[in-house]
Amino acid sequence: MSTSVIVLGLLIAGIVAFFIGSWRASASTRTSKTRPHSRPGYHGGYLAIWTALPALLVTLAWGGAEFSIVRALVGADLPQNVRDLSDAEQSLVTSRISSVARGLPRLSAEELKLVERARYGFAPLADAQRVLQERGVVLGSAPEPYVITAAYDQARYTNISRWLATGLAAALAALGFGYAFSRINPNLRARNAVERVILGSFIVASMVAILTTAGIVLSMLFEAIHFFRYVPPFDYLFGTVWDPRFSAAGQAGSEGQFGLVPLLWGTLFISAVAMFVAVPVGLLSAIYMSEYASRTVRTVAKPLLEILAGIPTIVYGLFALITFGPFVRDAGGTIGLDISATSVLTAGVVMGVMIIPFVSSLSDDIINAVPQSLRDGSYGLGATQSETIKRVVFPAALPGIVGAILLAVSRAIGETMIVVLAAGIAANLTINPFEPVTTITVKIVSQLTGDLEFNSPQTLVAFALGLTLFIITLGLNIYALYVVRKYREQYE
Amino acid sequence: MAIDTTALGPSRHAENSASIVQKGIARRYAAERRFRLYGMFAILFGIAFLVFLFGSIVSNGYTAFVQTSFKLDVPLDSEVVDPAGTRAVSDLRNADYTLLARKSLASLLGADTSSRPQMREVGALLSRDVDVEIRNAVLADPSLIGKTLSLWVLASGRVDSLMKGQLDRELPAAVRKVSDQQLGWLDKAEAAGFLAKRFNTGLFTAGASSNPETAGIGVAMVGSLFMMLIVLILSVPLGVAAAIYLEEFATKNLLTDIIEVNINNLAAVPSIVFGLLGLAIFINFAGLPRSASLVGGLVLTLMTLPTIIIATRAALKAVPPSIREAAYGVGASKMQTIMHHVLPLAIPGILTGTIVGLAQALGETAPLLMIGMVAFVVEYPTTPLEPATALPVQIYMWATSAERGFVERTSGAALILVAVLICMNLIAVILRRKFERRW
Repeated sequence: MSTSVIVLGLLIAGIVAFFIGSWRASASTRTSKTRPHSRPGYHGGYLAIWTALPALLVTLAWGGAEFSIVRALVGADLPQNVRDLSDAEQSLVTSRISSVARGLPRLSAEELKLVERARYGFAPLADAQRVLQERGVVLGSAPEPYVITAAYDQARYTNISRWLATGLAAALAALGFGYAFSRINPNLRARNAVERVILGSFIVASMVAILTTAGIVLSMLFEAIHFFRYVPPFDYLFGTVWDPRFSAAGQAGSEGQFGLVPLLWGTLFISAVAMFVAVPVGLLSAIYMSEYASRTVRTVAKPLLEILAGIPTIVYGLFALITFGPFVRDAGGTIGLDISATSVLTAGVVMGVMIIPFVSSLSDDIINAVPQSLRDGSYGLGATQSETIKRVVFPAALPGIVGAILLAVSRAIGETMIVVLAAGIAANLTINPFEPVTTITVKIVSQLTGDLEFNSPQTLVAFALGLTLFIITLGLNIYALYVVRKYREQYE
Repeated sequence: MAIDTTALGPSRHAENSASIVQKGIARRYAAERRFRLYGMFAILFGIAFLVFLFGSIVSNGYTAFVQTSFKLDVPLDSEVVDPAGTRAVSDLRNADYTLLARKSLASLLGADTSSRPQMREVGALLSRDVDVEIRNAVLADPSLIGKTLSLWVLASGRVDSLMKGQLDRELPAAVRKVSDQQLGWLDKAEAAGFLAKRFNTGLFTAGASSNPETAGIGVAMVGSLFMMLIVLILSVPLGVAAAIYLEEFATKNLLTDIIEVNINNLAAVPSIVFGLLGLAIFINFAGLPRSASLVGGLVLTLMTLPTIIIATRAALKAVPPSIREAAYGVGASKMQTIMHHVLPLAIPGILTGTIVGLAQALGETAPLLMIGMVAFVVEYPTTPLEPATALPVQIYMWATSAERGFVERTSGAALILVAVLICMNLIAVILRRKFERRW
């Protein structure tokens, strides 16, 4: 039985155990005179947990380890010349073995005989390939005899492992059920036990966030270190030329150049343009909404601006590509400016519009948090509304607003789809906003789409770029929180 | 007239400052008006851009919902379809249906069926995938052979753009790539009523195709649906459980501090980084298949988790302490109080957060590019392990495709995506309004 079938079986066993447990508990309550500690449902839960949980954990662990153990066992029996191959070639062999092993159980007895004959050289290997192909196993070339042998081994080991897993799970479930069933009596503190398990599962769930961060950091770091074996970190961080040389990948002496500087410059340049749009518009609209706008204006304009936040970035990118870029180019053409359709300006402005609602909703909260007494004091001194806003409310809200802007910057730096479609792909070190540049995110996408070979610097550089991006945005976020905390005026 | 300077001093002074104030007041009021104007201008800028964006997508995309088709009466000549007369599926599959469709159209147009150049021009009016529709009809019902099949078949992409006015009729024939003869035929066909623009069901049911007229988002929508299901199944229980622990049980210590900072940071990590995580961990390390919606679902789950955790915590926090105290008062344990009383009251807030998180996940593109969902998928995926693509990724692929005919489909698909997302957000708003409780 496969892991998923065992898991399903255990879940059903758990449900059955739940009902047996509750029934058993209510029956024993009726016969005994003592008042039960827990309600019958908790006894049911207790029995269900003991039945299913240990077996489930073991099954899942087994399922996770099975594949690599079987592969190691099979790999040990391969001929020496195969084991001497490079990592990439070995993984190719392993995947061939796996697909043949998956196909073997699907063959009829006659077809199996044919494969068997081919394995020992009594039939052409191409026949074995054809037979397997008919059963949905697609092989690039005829399987070598050692592949068939290994596939037989793999199928056999997998089979053994599945039987062992099934037996182990059944035994654990039975043991757990027996133990818990024998303990059910009115005095059993079943509720406490069940609640402990639930709490444990809550804690495990909250660990997922940590695991995710750890996963991000470790996977990036691991692959980036791999990359730095090909390219020295200094060349990466301070190199001013980006030329990964895709076409010559893999050939000796054609490493290409992986300078971060042009990409970082493009990223920052576009983000700066975006901020140039988003900060004034977002701030002013937040101020107008919270200080001036009438009720009707607010109820209409606020949801409209929030729609901007709900539009997916791919749609912004599309808009920049098919409408805004050509529009800017034509507008530039009429006043005699040579603006390329994919340019810093196009990507930056569209990205800025995307960020407006982000800036304005954060600033709105911050402005509203400034106490009314400050405004009243200012009005009492005879200040006009705009003077109050500019000289009292704004300075009081400034740290929060700076925090919001920093968060917006980190969002602009990590934004991908708009720049992929609207910024261009040429790594340019230019200060002309009408020219195309490229960004870190664009290069991550372009290095990783298409056919991958995982041990070339051309693809590994994406992880170094990802790590760079992660560190920059993380730093910005932490600094934003720090600014907010440090400079927050304490009212009340 | 003796003037008491001591009495006058302050009053003159007051008069002085009052006049200073008076002098400045016009300027200050002007500044006030200007400031108001800036604010109004900012809001108008945002709204104008929104209108510009929607206007651009709608005007580019609304034509994608209709498609030009020919109504043909195809005589399913058994000589052509099944010359051997065996009704064998392999024979039926390989018959030359394109020829049948061409002949049928040629006779309708009054073209000379024996002239090769004329037949080629007739053929160019039809979609290159015209045989598929007829073949499927025949395979579904072999008894049709020998009879006449009457059906609407798609016209070629070029004819479609011409009919929709995207291709200028006045252009020289060499540029518009539709000959004067073809143009005459089209006018005739339209007048006779067997050429018409019909609702484009193919857009919603078809998969990837290299011919714009037969490309659709059906397969991509199934991929998106799979991923949304996985996100829903995984992220809601995990997110709610984590939020309950952090909000209700966690004591303030280093570990919970780390978890909290972590969650806030994860919410701000660029989405593409999650894609790299998926590529490194789920595909390279765990060996899950590339392009599978399972991997996409897992990546999007990790991205959605912080949103759901933050929303759930806010919803739990909003439940007043009196509820908890009442539950404790009648002897409930902490777990019972939370599971039986606090959590049910927080459900509307959790639901709203979940829908918002799902809407974000549905519109996300960048991480899916990393895990190989940029795939040319023609067949509907039946399990989450099969190659799939997603709606936003399909838009990306069409947007970067060189073929001119994909432009309207790109915008049409974007329109559908935005419509779905706005509906989801509206539902969230309505739910919040309906179930919002003031304590």
